[in-house]
Amino acid sequence: MIEIHNVQKAFDGNPVLRGITCTFETGKCNLLLGGSGTGKSVLLQCIVGLMKPDIGSITFDGTVFTNNKVGVRQEIRRKIGMLFQGSALFDSMTVFENTEFPLKMLTPEMTKEERRDRVEFCLKRVGLENAGNKMPSEISGGMKKRVGIARAIAPNCTYLFCDEPNSGLDPLTSIKIDELIHEITHEYNITTVIITHDMNSVVEIGEHIIFLHKGLKLWDGNKDEILNAQVPELKEFIFSNSLVRAAKRVDDEGGLEAILAETQPQG
Amino acid sequence: MVKTFGEFLLFLQSMLTRKERFKVLFQRTLDEAVLIGVDSVFIVAIVSAFIGAVTCVQIAYNLTNPLIPKSTIGYMVREMTILELAPTITSIVLAGKVGSSIAGGLGTMRITEQVSALEVMGINSASYLVLPRIVASMLMFPLLVILAMALSILGGYLAGTLSGAMSAQEYIEGIRTDFIPYNIVFALIKAVVFAFLVSAISAYKGFFTQGGALEVGAASTGAVTNSIIAILLADFVLANVLL
Repeated sequence: MIEIHNVQKAFDGNPVLRGITCTFETGKCNLLLGGSGTGKSVLLQCIVGLMKPDIGSITFDGTVFTNNKVGVRQEIRRKIGMLFQGSALFDSMTVFENTEFPLKMLTPEMTKEERRDRVEFCLKRVGLENAGNKMPSEISGGMKKRVGIARAIAPNCTYLFCDEPNSGLDPLTSIKIDELIHEITHEYNITTVIITHDMNSVVEIGEHIIFLHKGLKLWDGNKDEILNAQVPELKEFIFSNSLVRAAKRVDDEGGLEAILAETQPQG
Repeated sequence: MVKTFGEFLLFLQSMLTRKERFKVLFQRTLDEAVLIGVDSVFIVAIVSAFIGAVTCVQIAYNLTNPLIPKSTIGYMVREMTILELAPTITSIVLAGKVGSSIAGGLGTMRITEQVSALEVMGINSASYLVLPRIVASMLMFPLLVILAMALSILGGYLAGTLSGAMSAQEYIEGIRTDFIPYNIVFALIKAVVFAFLVSAISAYKGFFTQGGALEVGAASTGAVTNSIIAILLADFVLANVLL
């Protein structure tokens, strides 16, 4: 479980995070939802330690991360796996080497054979067992995301962070990536935090959703509650998606047949 | 200016705190040594051989006094090569090739979040990415400078003898006259200092790139410009201090 308490961050006097307090639960896909510029990425960077919050604390399973000793932070970081928006694969390494990299760096006690077995397992888990020898430039965007996931889970991470895992992907591949993240979260009982503004992801894997708006947490709940949330900013955000609007209308007006009957020409 | 210099020093310090395992850094240094050293042999060979040749021809052209022995040409080629041309020109060439490569490579890694990926894994990205490049440069620059010295003197020999400016015997007699071994040491010290300046400045420029492809290009250009200025300043200081 990751606990965020009163995290604040400003750039040149402009507040980006204005006292965020929330909890990311273990064994669930926790979604950080919000429009562009609402502070989702900054919050994520504060959580993983790429930025330091001005005020507030971040706790990983009871261990304080913010302002703790370098060794403690280092220990927590080694339990973190992250899927970056652009995948952030190392250009000079093959898919296999990319997946093996954290094992080589973080677990020197592993033998070469153990590493190979683990990499092969992870690549198979994400459906890329035959792509090990390919370079990142030779694979598609969806495959890159899969390699990113394989690299993140290779060292048995406890916390998985995904920064817009669906960006730049077609809807079908997006759903597959969402499903993969969801499966992995439950399979390994890890704490997964996903930044998204994709309503498909909300509907598919939103077990715990936190909505951010202008650096504030305005709502949290799950995918079953979100359509009935009474927060104007959240409603505006959700129903800006035409598919969600249509689905809501179908639901409210007694099913698709009723709407079609209503729109039939009379006489 | 002072702030940038302070940031540069902090950057160098961050490289040395929380270092990665020796085995990892050693392997990375070897990889970088190949990229920095072996891949630069061709350009260094071409440049130094021609500089030696041109130096020889031009000295011969200016040395018209019949009282001055022809062997003086060989002597002057040797002195100019060892003291200045081989270490300084080679380092300036390498600032263009290696410096832009370091800045461009690190800049691209930064803007594509590869540096962040290392940091999230708990790896000291400065230590992992920059330290091996600096150490490899400091190992390979002196070797390339030695190669440049040899080829430059050889270039002078070929140009001098083939153009008929002097005989082979006169040239060899010239390059053996009043040889001071310390000059070689001085040249190698210069090579090590220049290597540090080129690699550290380029790494700093690349490591803190922000933005996109345009900024990566700007970082590479800035790395080369600043490295060359630093080489020339250091050259002057070292000449005053060590000679």
